[in-house]
Amino acid sequence: MNPSLLSLGKDLVSLEHVSREQILSILDTAEPFKEISERRIKKVPVLRGKTIVNLFFEASTRTRVSFEFAEKRLSADTVNIAASGSSVVKGETLVDTARNLEAMRIDMVVMRHGSSGAARFLSERIPSSVINAGDGQHEHPTQALLDLLTIRDHLGRIEGLKVCIVGDALHSRVARSNVYALLTLGAEVAICGPPTLMPPGIADLGVTMFTRIEEAIEWADVLNVLRLQLERMHGGYVPSLREYNRIWGVTTERLEAAPKDVLVLHPGPMNRGVEIDSDVADGPHSVILNQVTNGVAIRMAVLYLLAGGQQESAEAAKQGGEV
Amino acid sequence: MADDNRIPVMDEADVHRAIARMAREIVERNGGTEALTLLGIHRRGTDIASLLRDEIERATGERIAYGSIDITLYRDDLMMIGPAPVVGASELPPSGIDNRNIVIVDDVLYRGRTVRAALDEITDWGRPSRILLCVLVDRGGRELPIQPDIVGREVPVMENQRVDVLVPTLDGRLGVELAFLDPESK
Repeated sequence: MNPSLLSLGKDLVSLEHVSREQILSILDTAEPFKEISERRIKKVPVLRGKTIVNLFFEASTRTRVSFEFAEKRLSADTVNIAASGSSVVKGETLVDTARNLEAMRIDMVVMRHGSSGAARFLSERIPSSVINAGDGQHEHPTQALLDLLTIRDHLGRIEGLKVCIVGDALHSRVARSNVYALLTLGAEVAICGPPTLMPPGIADLGVTMFTRIEEAIEWADVLNVLRLQLERMHGGYVPSLREYNRIWGVTTERLEAAPKDVLVLHPGPMNRGVEIDSDVADGPHSVILNQVTNGVAIRMAVLYLLAGGQQESAEAAKQGGEV
Repeated sequence: MADDNRIPVMDEADVHRAIARMAREIVERNGGTEALTLLGIHRRGTDIASLLRDEIERATGERIAYGSIDITLYRDDLMMIGPAPVVGASELPPSGIDNRNIVIVDDVLYRGRTVRAALDEITDWGRPSRILLCVLVDRGGRELPIQPDIVGREVPVMENQRVDVLVPTLDGRLGVELAFLDPESK
């Protein structure tokens, strides 16, 4: 008999109010999905007949491709829309774009958008499931989930671990989603970076602050090194890239000076030689490519859980267990 | 055990005798242990497959290939039930399944829908030479044209009853029992 998982509801917009049990159920569901990507025929029929629109208003390679692989490996039909080639450039609003897609009968929208709150806004206005693939400086839930899965793969747990997010937390939706999920699962969380790049009010969440990278490395079990988001920086957040690297860069020297082994994550794309040195990125501490592999499994798990049947017929699931 | 809602059908010794006979039948149908691979259906089918494998080893001295298969993602009712059921892991044997003689092993055969799903999943993995179906209990009530090749015991079961195969890893003991379904849940 198959026990049923906790329902995630209609959408995955944010991790702020997702429970510990729900996060664990996503991570546990991702485990068997890893194996599907190792098969010769990398496809299972579970989302057959579902139509998913990948609506990307911002540039993305990794996340978009990862979602698309996840969708295709679950047999969904997918359509990709990039803002640059769409009617958005003709001035159509987000809701009109989505309603037009709805009119063609879709089941899910995976959206990346430059405005914080865009995913929530859309999810409240269309009946399809909405998955947030990054909204402005707000959240990027699936990235945080794949980070958690990668940490758990290597260290066996999340609870009680010391995780330090390094760098540009101010502009980072990855940082925000990570902080929520890590705290929910009982990790200790710190942020290290220049004071100009610390989000205001972050200490109220119970997050430790470090301004010296050496201290952070000494404290941490895991470093999640963020990309310096040069495209979002207009004005003097950091003196220069060279100086940033000299003061806050994660280097082999600094890792070797640490009292214990530190796991190094990076959500990509990397600025090699700025926030992370090349020999760290390609070195034994790095699990950056494991993150990419896990990204597909996490997205398969989220798609599977959101596409599941209706809550009210959960009783039928129990009856249907013995088949 | 003292629960009068449950009727014992096979005790541990009965199950072991059935497994011993089924193991012999598998080897006989296959003409030996050449290319033989057992695939247990998650979860209790894997326990039955493991018992069969041990029995075949005792009888022939050969440790045959063994894997497990979780059919959740191939269910035909996934979008009707909800929320999404837990997905288990499938584990292919290292020898793969191409050109192998596969024996699908499950605890109970009822509607036949699980076996249909398993056949579809195996087809996605590769192309075996032959597939046999082996179950500990056949309770009847098929909804698809699927029949077992090797059966431990045929048990007539009423609509309001359920067959529980108990295995040591999940239930702490080995046996088969009938249980009455709660009339409210029908």
